[in-house]
Amino acid sequence: MAQAGQDAKFFQRGKIEEFRAELQAAETKDKKYVKRKIALKKIVANITMGNDMSPLFTDVVQCLGTPLLEIKKMVYLFLVSYGRSKPDQIHLVIPNFLQDCNDRNPLIRALAIRTMSYIPIPVVTEALSENLRHCLKDRDAYVRKTAAICVAKLYTADPRRAEKGGFVEMLRDLMLDSNATVIANAVAALSEIGDRQDGVIFKLNLTTANKLLAALGESSEWGQIYILDSLLRYVPEQHSDAQTMAERIIVQLQHANSAVVLTTIKVLLYLMNYMEDRRLIDYCCKKMGPPLVTLLSSGPEVQYVALRNILLIIQRRPAVLKNDVKVFFCKYNDPIYVKLAKLEIMYRLARAENAPEVLAELQEYASEVDLDFVRKAVRSIGRLAIKVEAAADSCIQALLNLIETKVSYVVQEAVIVIKDIFRRYPGKYEGIIPTLCENLDLLDEPESKAAMVWILGQFANRIDNADELLDDLLYTFLDESVEVQLALLTASVKLFIYKSKSDTAKDLVHKVLKWATEEVDNPDLRDRGFMYWRMLAINPAVAGEIVLAEKPAITTDSDRMDRGALDQLLLHTGTLGSIYHKNPETFIRNATGKALIDSPALNTHSRAALVPLTRAQLPPTAISIPGPGPSEPRPDTVEPTSLVPLDADPEHESTDADAEAETIDDAGSDDEEPTVRRRPHDSSDPYSNLDSAFGNYMADEPRPMTAGNHRGRHNDEDDLLF
Amino acid sequence: MISAFFIFNQKGEVLISRLYRTDFKRSIADVFRIQVVSNSDVRSPIITLGSTSFFHVRINNLYVVAVTKTNANAALVFEFCYRFIIICKSYFGKIDEESIKNNFVLIYELIDEINDFGYPQNSEIDTLKSYITTESVVSTVNAAEESSKITSQATGATSWRRGDVKYKKNEAFVDVIEVVNLSMSAKGNVLRADVDGHIQMRAYLSGTPECKFGLNDKLVIDNNEKGTTDAVELDDCRFHQCVRLNDFDATRTISFIPPDGEFELMRYRSTSNVKLPLKIMPTVTEIGTTQVQYVITAKTNFNNKLSATNVVLRIPTPLNTTTVDCKVANGKAKYVPGENVVVWKIPRIQGGQEVTLTATASLTSMTHRQVWARPPIDVDFQVLMFTASGLIVRFLKVFEKGNYQSVKWVRYLTKANGTYQIRF
Repeated sequence: MAQAGQDAKFFQRGKIEEFRAELQAAETKDKKYVKRKIALKKIVANITMGNDMSPLFTDVVQCLGTPLLEIKKMVYLFLVSYGRSKPDQIHLVIPNFLQDCNDRNPLIRALAIRTMSYIPIPVVTEALSENLRHCLKDRDAYVRKTAAICVAKLYTADPRRAEKGGFVEMLRDLMLDSNATVIANAVAALSEIGDRQDGVIFKLNLTTANKLLAALGESSEWGQIYILDSLLRYVPEQHSDAQTMAERIIVQLQHANSAVVLTTIKVLLYLMNYMEDRRLIDYCCKKMGPPLVTLLSSGPEVQYVALRNILLIIQRRPAVLKNDVKVFFCKYNDPIYVKLAKLEIMYRLARAENAPEVLAELQEYASEVDLDFVRKAVRSIGRLAIKVEAAADSCIQALLNLIETKVSYVVQEAVIVIKDIFRRYPGKYEGIIPTLCENLDLLDEPESKAAMVWILGQFANRIDNADELLDDLLYTFLDESVEVQLALLTASVKLFIYKSKSDTAKDLVHKVLKWATEEVDNPDLRDRGFMYWRMLAINPAVAGEIVLAEKPAITTDSDRMDRGALDQLLLHTGTLGSIYHKNPETFIRNATGKALIDSPALNTHSRAALVPLTRAQLPPTAISIPGPGPSEPRPDTVEPTSLVPLDADPEHESTDADAEAETIDDAGSDDEEPTVRRRPHDSSDPYSNLDSAFGNYMADEPRPMTAGNHRGRHNDEDDLLF
Repeated sequence: MISAFFIFNQKGEVLISRLYRTDFKRSIADVFRIQVVSNSDVRSPIITLGSTSFFHVRINNLYVVAVTKTNANAALVFEFCYRFIIICKSYFGKIDEESIKNNFVLIYELIDEINDFGYPQNSEIDTLKSYITTESVVSTVNAAEESSKITSQATGATSWRRGDVKYKKNEAFVDVIEVVNLSMSAKGNVLRADVDGHIQMRAYLSGTPECKFGLNDKLVIDNNEKGTTDAVELDDCRFHQCVRLNDFDATRTISFIPPDGEFELMRYRSTSNVKLPLKIMPTVTEIGTTQVQYVITAKTNFNNKLSATNVVLRIPTPLNTTTVDCKVANGKAKYVPGENVVVWKIPRIQGGQEVTLTATASLTSMTHRQVWARPPIDVDFQVLMFTASGLIVRFLKVFEKGNYQSVKWVRYLTKANGTYQIRF
């Protein structure tokens, strides 16, 4: 057991001159190099604090003369930090590096190439290349496994040199190494290079894939992840190949490391697309459920990753977690991100049999403190009513109880969902309208206000004082948000059509139409105003038929999402993309997309739903490697102009599509709310439906923030390199 | 993969900063400070800005942070952060600002070793300790041979164990530790009750011992001796890297070569027939708007030779509580205004015993009356030599070339910490 360090005292900002003097003083009379060690520790502490220590370059480099490993490591750390900024002085240390590369001690050899490869400037890369070649064939596995990663670093620094030097081929050879750790790192490095837009193509054939699988058992947990991950580069040609492989890796589901478990699940889900044996597919699904649930006893961060993935997985493979809704009930002290993610899963897993339990939980949550959580809970109650008919009565009762609390945000959420419930079950629950009307004053947010106005208009024939209520709401017409204005306009027209004899209704509609067409600048509102006006002027009877036309019933069909899109997204299980439910190429610059690849083994449903990669791959700059995989035909090259500009705020692009989708009689029902920015619902986006279980409610939806989201920064700073 | 690794203290000062890739500058730390450390309402452990994603884990007022520009494997990144924390605890006994600052040079060595270019590498503590130490190492010829041993272990098939371990007395300690999750409704129905168990082992065994481990796990027993009734059904189990998963899959035997010293052998989950060690019966009555009356009874539900220790009940009070008058015959009860709870601590409750608290909370009148959310009562406790799942270790066999005798010890502990919740 190492004794506790006492280095905190060095954690103080100091001046370059002081440190220089200290190092110089240490050159004489430095017993056991203690002085130099102390000076270097101070320098490392200052590097940490962001104090620029680079002027000390020559002084620090001097210390390499000492035989202490500890000092060497500190100097190397200094070089990793500042080497890149000293291209004219770095040659001073090259001899030391070269000497270390040939040290008898394998740890030193590895340390030398590891450090050199962290300094991506030509002088160093050149010196590294020659030694790296030897190190990739070093007799010591530790050096080889370090060298493998060095190739990936070299490739990042200078792809041409790495390719010309034949390093990629050498990596490929390392995949057949006798040592599992070396194999795993070679796979990691090749995957990294293969994922680059300008990289070589990295695919696996059955023979190589099997070799890698053989190394799985002896790999470290991290190595297992790299190997498992690479299996997605293997495309099964026969059902039986996919099935055998699934059987071989399924035991990894029992691994303690959650990343091993999730990566195994990713590979299994991938392989299932190429499998035929229903029994085996069912068996895989059954085996995946318990480990996924077990992830919920990990730390909250891993729980969160697991939950976001579970949400995806159960949409594609409901069999995985059919009867397990209880484990997703929220603990009072769960972090908020865990609670919100659980809530969505609870809704997904709700069925007639478990609806009472789920509802009881949701009611419990509706009295908690976190605003987003409470709102989502209330909204979930409404969605539950829409999804499970048998539970509708008790859900409505629960919503009415919540309205009685008179807590403003609770009431508003309730009103929003009740509007949808009315549409789902026409003629069943309109009796509660008076209760809603009593709480009109509590509504101060556009969405709930618009929902209430829609209810008033739609059922104006059943509400005795609808005209009074609407009139009250119209006082503030000109100050309302467009969403509410549109709703008010439509509601007034509906009222007039129901009660065309009433003078109040006539005055009202006249007033609103005048406002909408003359006082308001919003073109949508004006257009709609003109249109209503003309319809009413030309033929009020037909206008009535149009405005009060029967609406398509609301269902939870939109919960079911595009299978192909889901298949594609599941190729990213466990990664950032699976957290945000977005393909990485849509939110990460230079990220490579993944798609299922057609083969004779791909099952017909998967093939029918197959979503090809939308993003073109750039032509590889140089060699592609034949073998060990089958040589691949190059993908047709497409000009990079077809790429989506990554900096563009995707949400702006979608506005047009939203506007088009809007229909006149539906004002305030399912429209996008224009003021609160939401997920893009671009019609060309197969994922637009993915998270629609909660309707438009995405306020708490995890998502990457686009550059536009943070104040006052330019798009190009999305790199955060300032 | 991981591009940068940081540790921040609570103020947002950088304690450790390591860039594995050149796609970031050190100043990326400022972005994290602004977005997370100085943000009072952080609602996710992952934050993505543009193409940059920050992953963070909080521990003892520290932020352990990994930054990436790729579609990184999120589970791997968090597991790496967790592993880093475990390594620090093992090296320094704890992880906090003081221990990080006191060992920052060593930590730089460690994170250079356990992560290369953002790819986590061998992070087995036993191996790391053999070559990353606080002692000064001089590079000599001798060291070269020593190092070869280390490297072959670090990259070998049993990277978690050194080959030359020797003990005078060969011993193995097995701790079965179960955490009970309970959620009880106000009506007294069990909403969910399950057990998260783990088996912690401390192996002080010489050489390269081959261990076989057996539980009264249902599948095993069904296969071997039909008709045994004390079998426990495990929903799932996960094993340490050292356990041969293929053997387990084929024959349900847990066989392994253990790391030297302490490690977590397995984790399991059980949801059927969970024995709840404590039964809590709350009666909470709101009297008008000025008083709340509590009668809380806790009853132990196990053999009277055993006892529950360190029992702590946290009983929520309304936010506008001024004083609480508590009466208890056992332990101590105190109102903690800052947390809006009455904390009732009972050092020990014997099996079969029952304890009661009666209390009255006085409330101030509020102009704007809010409904009280009634958070659940939370109960923490420990019960030694008891497993809520009923799991028992049936055997632990050690085989070694040396053919030595080994002594094995088993302990059982069932506990709850923040997981045992009773609504009222």
